[in-house]
Amino acid sequence: MVIPLGEDKVVAAIKFGILSPDEIRKMSVVTVTSTETYDEDGTPIRGSVMDPRLGAIEPGQICPVCGNTMSGCPGHFGHIELALPVINVLFVRHIYDLLRAICNKCSRVKIPSQDMERYRVYVKKLRERYPLLAKRLCEYLKRRAMKESVCPHCGAKQPKIKLEKPTTFYEIVETKERKEMIKLTPIVIRNRFANIPDDDLELIGYDPKDARPEWMILTVLPVPPTTIRPSILVETGVRSEDDLTHKLVDIVRTNERLREHLAAGAPQQIIDDLWELLQYHITTYLDNEVPGIPPAKHRSGRPLKTLAQRLKGKEGRFRGNLSGKRVDFSARTVISPDPYLSINEVGVPIDIAKILTVPERVTPWNIDELRKYILNGPYRWPGANYVITPDGRRIDLRFLSDRKSLAEKISPGWIVERHLKDGDIVLFNRQPSLHRMSMMGHIVRVLPGRTFRLHLAVCPPYNADFDGDEMNLHVPQSEEARAEARTLTLVQHHILTPRYGGMIIGAIQDYISGAYMLTSKATLLTLEDVVDLLAAAKYVGEIPEPAILSPKKYWTGKQLISMFLPPDFNYRGKASISAGRLACDDVECFWDSYVVVKKGKLLLGVLDKKSIGAEQCENLLHWLTKEYGTDYAREFMDRIFRMFIRALEKLGFTMRLDDVAIPPEAIEEVRKILEEAFVEVQDLVRKYVSGELEALPARTLEETLEIKIQEVLASARDRAGEAAAKYLDPFNYAFVMARTGARGNVLNLTQMAATLGQMTVRGERLWRGYMGRALPHFERDDLGPLARGFVVNSFYSGLSPTEMFFHAAGGREGLVDTAVRTSQSGYMQRRLINALQDLHVEYDGTVRAADGSIVQFVYGEDGVDPMKAAHHKSVNVDRIVERVIGWRL
Amino acid sequence: MTSSSYLAPEEIAKITREYLEGKVPPKVVEESVEKLTKYSLTREELEKILQMIVEEYHSNTVDPGEPVGTVAAQSIGEPSTQMTLRTFHYAGVRELNVTLGLPRLIELVDAKKTPSTPIMYIYLEEPYKYDEAKAKEIARMIEMTKIENVARRIDIDVISGAVVIELDPAMLEDKGVTVEDVKKALEKLRSKKAKVVVSETNPYEIIVVFEEGIEPTKAVKIREKIMKIKIKGIKNINKVIVQKQGNEYVLVCEGSNLAEIMKVPGVDFKRVRTNNVKEVEEVLGIEAARTLLIEEIKDTLEQQGLDVDIRHIMLVVDAMTRYGTVKQIGRHGIAGEKPSVLARAAFEVTVKNLVDAAARGELDTLPGVAENVIVGGYIPVGTTKVKLVYNPYLR
Repeated sequence: MVIPLGEDKVVAAIKFGILSPDEIRKMSVVTVTSTETYDEDGTPIRGSVMDPRLGAIEPGQICPVCGNTMSGCPGHFGHIELALPVINVLFVRHIYDLLRAICNKCSRVKIPSQDMERYRVYVKKLRERYPLLAKRLCEYLKRRAMKESVCPHCGAKQPKIKLEKPTTFYEIVETKERKEMIKLTPIVIRNRFANIPDDDLELIGYDPKDARPEWMILTVLPVPPTTIRPSILVETGVRSEDDLTHKLVDIVRTNERLREHLAAGAPQQIIDDLWELLQYHITTYLDNEVPGIPPAKHRSGRPLKTLAQRLKGKEGRFRGNLSGKRVDFSARTVISPDPYLSINEVGVPIDIAKILTVPERVTPWNIDELRKYILNGPYRWPGANYVITPDGRRIDLRFLSDRKSLAEKISPGWIVERHLKDGDIVLFNRQPSLHRMSMMGHIVRVLPGRTFRLHLAVCPPYNADFDGDEMNLHVPQSEEARAEARTLTLVQHHILTPRYGGMIIGAIQDYISGAYMLTSKATLLTLEDVVDLLAAAKYVGEIPEPAILSPKKYWTGKQLISMFLPPDFNYRGKASISAGRLACDDVECFWDSYVVVKKGKLLLGVLDKKSIGAEQCENLLHWLTKEYGTDYAREFMDRIFRMFIRALEKLGFTMRLDDVAIPPEAIEEVRKILEEAFVEVQDLVRKYVSGELEALPARTLEETLEIKIQEVLASARDRAGEAAAKYLDPFNYAFVMARTGARGNVLNLTQMAATLGQMTVRGERLWRGYMGRALPHFERDDLGPLARGFVVNSFYSGLSPTEMFFHAAGGREGLVDTAVRTSQSGYMQRRLINALQDLHVEYDGTVRAADGSIVQFVYGEDGVDPMKAAHHKSVNVDRIVERVIGWRL
Repeated sequence: MTSSSYLAPEEIAKITREYLEGKVPPKVVEESVEKLTKYSLTREELEKILQMIVEEYHSNTVDPGEPVGTVAAQSIGEPSTQMTLRTFHYAGVRELNVTLGLPRLIELVDAKKTPSTPIMYIYLEEPYKYDEAKAKEIARMIEMTKIENVARRIDIDVISGAVVIELDPAMLEDKGVTVEDVKKALEKLRSKKAKVVVSETNPYEIIVVFEEGIEPTKAVKIREKIMKIKIKGIKNINKVIVQKQGNEYVLVCEGSNLAEIMKVPGVDFKRVRTNNVKEVEEVLGIEAARTLLIEEIKDTLEQQGLDVDIRHIMLVVDAMTRYGTVKQIGRHGIAGEKPSVLARAAFEVTVKNLVDAAARGELDTLPGVAENVIVGGYIPVGTTKVKLVYNPYLR
């Protein structure tokens, strides 16, 4: 990161403290005393909470204090002189603690003098090295002082202090006869606090310079500038004030009344009541959610949003405006797929490209091009929207009639904000942004249409699909940002995930089917096919010798793949189809399910999910990426993936209803299997009823029965699936997809062809709903499979009405589950990020927190980056051996 | 190529050791030796391989400035969205319910005092290990049995001031408790005020007579108290199941009490395992707690079929345990002890943090990421960690 020399001021530290009355008066520009805010003609009254000196809020208005207009005036504070002091609710905890920690007579912290000396040294030393420990020690000392019932300094007996929430303090004076509660007025408390010596305060963790405890009792209230509480003009011309203004008016009104009564010498009762009211208004002004008092309400009954509420929570100032901000130069629209893009690219609609701009500094090398953009103007792509002159003036091309002369005028030093064009780098993001691959750099391709287009292989990192998903796009505006985006965030740098050091970008769905179809032994390609496929991969060069010369020249799909592999690449591994009957462990494989690449030639095996799929580890594509770099991997994927799609188009690939249709004898077989299972269940129920069933250890009889029934039914479903699968053509498209890992699995096929099996909610068979039964179609206390949510039918045969309800119950659980889970895991992740975000690796290889404290001496005990490590291993020795001698194994 | 040009395994081992030692960690050296000796290699090939191993190791190391914390948090948080809430029972023990998946993961990073389903695996020593009967003996001994577990009914006779407890013979036998044991347990608790006698009419009936009588208002309370009286066993060991693992018998317990179980004779205390991290911290210390926490998080993720690099889990756990106690990930733990006021305020309990900071007059020197985002500074990780000043006018 290049930090410009002495241009910006950097915040070095922020000191927190309490504003003293003097400070408040000093920074104030107006003493607020007027209860009225506006004249009849609508001008703000001087000396009110809308005093014009508090800041320029209307366009064109010039601030009487700083002379700026609305855009330049930061606003200025005023103040209210309170007739009587009032407690600041936010500090009651501290006031309470302090009242108890100090002597009620001499105001000293109740720790003996000699101990004080000793601790003072400790605290001072700890502050330097272990601030957290110093805090703990101070807290301990405070607690200790609070326990003392006799002042060690003056020997005065200490009364108990009671806090009546939210802001009233009592002293419980115990005499022999009775207990007496004496109310401590803010005046008394303030006087006591004012007498605490500085050194004593420091000992119990308070800062006597910037946060004197007496300032926790308000005598002067600052009035925030009007810029912070703007009033809204409704169309009808009625002025609607901000919540804070309302509250301030209340405070001023009560304060003035109190002052008048005091001057007039009103009875104590009235004064106390008013004082109480002033306390209430100031309390709710600071925090309107204090327990124990009713929140101040707006006329409409809506609770007011006062100071504390503005800061709090997800949409509060901190989380809503400071930790996360709204940004310019961004766009959002629906996404759709485009297999002809590179994985690095994003298709941007031309309408968006005309609004998003990139500032480009004029140089002798680009001046002609930028002139062209200026001439094109803001409405013709590629054009420009703004031109910035060397003295910082911004010319809006929308309102400029004579673009020609401006284009003539520009020279090095000017900046042109030109439209987004092909080759620009942008950040592309899909929420929820759960990991760093949720925001990656893409190269712009301006395309017709109204959607963002992206390559299908980048769907897994974004977790995107095209059922209406929308994504965001951000245009980096500085040279540094663009450089970082290109070198760090570009998609190709995220082919490997740091989560497990494997591929997260790779072939999915049709790419896998295509790869399988193309590399299958059954696929022979004529010259036209080869040329067509290679053209799809944008291959330029020689065509290899055909694999079959006579009677006709034929090429294999494996030959085509080999053309894109590096000549020294060796690899061997199982294919995804290597399971069940097609399993192979070595080179001699009848089913072609063992992949062998020697010296860059794909000799054996079909490519499918295991070899080139996304979210896989230690496979062909992984090694290619790791060993030949991301540039190579990106290009390899772009090319062969286009070829796979082309191959699918040529060969034809579709799943149809017949693919899951089974013949009558198969249906009969499935029926038999289920019937047997039902009999078995019946038998279990009979045993249970007669008491023959033996309970599993630590289970009740009922639980045992349920477990056993579920086992029986689950195995029946599996067997039914197997039986059905026997009758299905193993090379039909649905099966191919399941086997290669392109989409679906055997269970899905079973459910389509044979039977859906048991529906469950919370891992139990369905039983809720009516008394003793799940649906009114069944007898009470029927424990049989059909009454408890076993679906006999398949998706092919169609569900019966009761089965449909059972199926819906199971499906609903899934939806509820997802909804509940996302909020829980979202919160967990927020906490994890918050706890760990400061940890980083230092130059010495240690992992340290923000303050430089060491968390790990060597990252991960071996200093290896999990993204670069080959699937958890710091060095994969076997792979290195394979790389060197794989050609002869 | 003739086979004579291949190196002998011993030779490969020797060359490998000589070449690699000092260049890569010992673990990698050992792995290389073990794996390379299995191949037949020529000298050139071996040298090339060794060179590549060293290169590979060095290119795989982390870059300085890498924000490993954020990456770790994301690598654990992201897959957690894919977890199912459903709890599966078959994780080892079919008989016991074990909290798994997301709830368990949250429990672990929360550093809860006790897990919602504490489980202990007790391995046994020689004579008990292979003998089911002997294993059961220990199981019976440690299983906590209360009066309520063996009683059929407990009646309170307010008039005569007596509590009548009728025991269930079947349960007595199952738990290995005699009527005498129950009597003793009852005596222990109220030897002063009450007399415990076995009924003459029914040998399974025990009558506790209170000398002072029973106040009717307290009757229910007394009943509750009697029900909770421990007859035998170890506190918190609620259910014990004898399970065969391989060729030895293992006791699986619902509930956990590490300190007491380790003292039981016949228990192989070196292999006793619990899933209660806080307990391990107290009994065995922070390093053991760290190891257990890593294993538990790893197992929870693996059980859901999620692949997460161990280094991420280690970093999270190291952050949790580095102060010597297990600290929660959250406002009562790591996040609550950050030195920066703004970072704490931006996380949770905004107002309180700001007010306390004001009262104490705290100074925020903006050391971390969150606070620099707030003030608009450069975050102190990654590329901004590099302080590079560029002066184009300098010659």
